[in-house]
Amino acid sequence: MARITAGVGCSHVPAIGVAMDLGKTDEPYWAPCFAGFEKSREWIKDARPDVVFLVYNDHCTVFDASFIPTFALGCAAEFAPADEGWGPRPVPVVRNHQVMASHVAQSLILDEFDMTIMNEMEVDHGLTVPLSLMFGDLGVDDEWPCLVIPLCVNVVQYPAPTGNRCYNLGKAIRRAVESFDEDLKVVIFGTGGMSHQLQYKRAGLINKEWDTQFMDRLTSDPVGLSQTPHVEYLREAGSEGVELVMWHIMRGALDDEVDEVHRHYHVPASNTAVGHIILANREYPGVAK
Amino acid sequence: MALKKDYEDIPGTLVFDADRGREGYHLNQFCISLRLQGNRDAFNADEGAYLDRYPMTAEQRQAVVDRDWNRLLELGGNIYYTSKLGANDGITFQQLAGLMTGMGNEAYRKMMVDGGRPPDGNRYQHEWDDKGEN
Ligand SMILES: [Fe+2]
Repeated sequence: MARITAGVGCSHVPAIGVAMDLGKTDEPYWAPCFAGFEKSREWIKDARPDVVFLVYNDHCTVFDASFIPTFALGCAAEFAPADEGWGPRPVPVVRNHQVMASHVAQSLILDEFDMTIMNEMEVDHGLTVPLSLMFGDLGVDDEWPCLVIPLCVNVVQYPAPTGNRCYNLGKAIRRAVESFDEDLKVVIFGTGGMSHQLQYKRAGLINKEWDTQFMDRLTSDPVGLSQTPHVEYLREAGSEGVELVMWHIMRGALDDEVDEVHRHYHVPASNTAVGHIILANREYPGVAK
Repeated sequence: MALKKDYEDIPGTLVFDADRGREGYHLNQFCISLRLQGNRDAFNADEGAYLDRYPMTAEQRQAVVDRDWNRLLELGGNIYYTSKLGANDGITFQQLAGLMTGMGNEAYRKMMVDGGRPPDGNRYQHEWDDKGEN
């Protein structure tokens, strides 16, 4: 049977993708941001997931304003990197575990989480940047080292789903994974954030103290953390900081008790506080070191 | 009974809610069209003719022509959409922020490198009113 072994929280700042694609990662501005992912790349080589279940949001790239699904599950065979206005990222096409994705879709809907099913979908930096951060530089002729099931969450038009809803969706994802017969190791990514505001006169807001308590409570108080009201994200972590609700989906899919394997925090990447955490289920000590 | 918008007292912030989504629909659909090269070419060849395809308000259209980035948001635009217009013009997210905050690129970039805009004094509208900012 398939198992979720660990969770990864990770920002998905577009400028990080641009820095990697243009070979700027050693520049003084970027080096400290990328240094925090060296350990993560070693870790994920050992963790060797067969499938990454990747929770992210589209940034008005693939989904325009004509329809706005709260939860959209990628069920296509593959997902090409999208042109976001400056050309598609030169990274590999993302390949799905299509059989598992359709199993998950069916399981989630019967579990009362009404997914929109995406049988055609391109993916933007929200999905490809975390893959690049965790797996390193790969070009269009390479392959990502695992299959990827994308779950796209609306966090652009208010309201995003509540943290509570997201946390419980994580639990339902776990039930869906564990009812899939194939022996597979699954790592779940919750992406986005941390504090940032891209718009209007308060742009540039960063709240390190608030971000730190958020990462602390992922292990010490995940249920309490999932009750954080939207207005607190907006006020304390900036209007785009509400993306952090997606981390609750990751957290909900893990055991109640987890070990924090690694953490990284850096300001800034462009307008954003970069946050990253790896949480491992204790029954998988092989990955928690 | 109206929904309570408990986020409206955050200074310098326009939360893109369903009301703004409704008001900004055609403006945002115009902006997202620019993510494709063919559309960028058509827009850049004749902005007026291209804008005619989108039934936005006269104010919205003027804000596009003026590249008035804050006005675009006030009229229902969302930053992820308006950033497509920015990208068409060769303006990055960070440069847009420099324009929207009125700080300019250098000062804004320096603020970010120094740790960003602090939350203290920037949580509630009354804090900005007291400082004489809007
Ligand atoms: Fe995002």
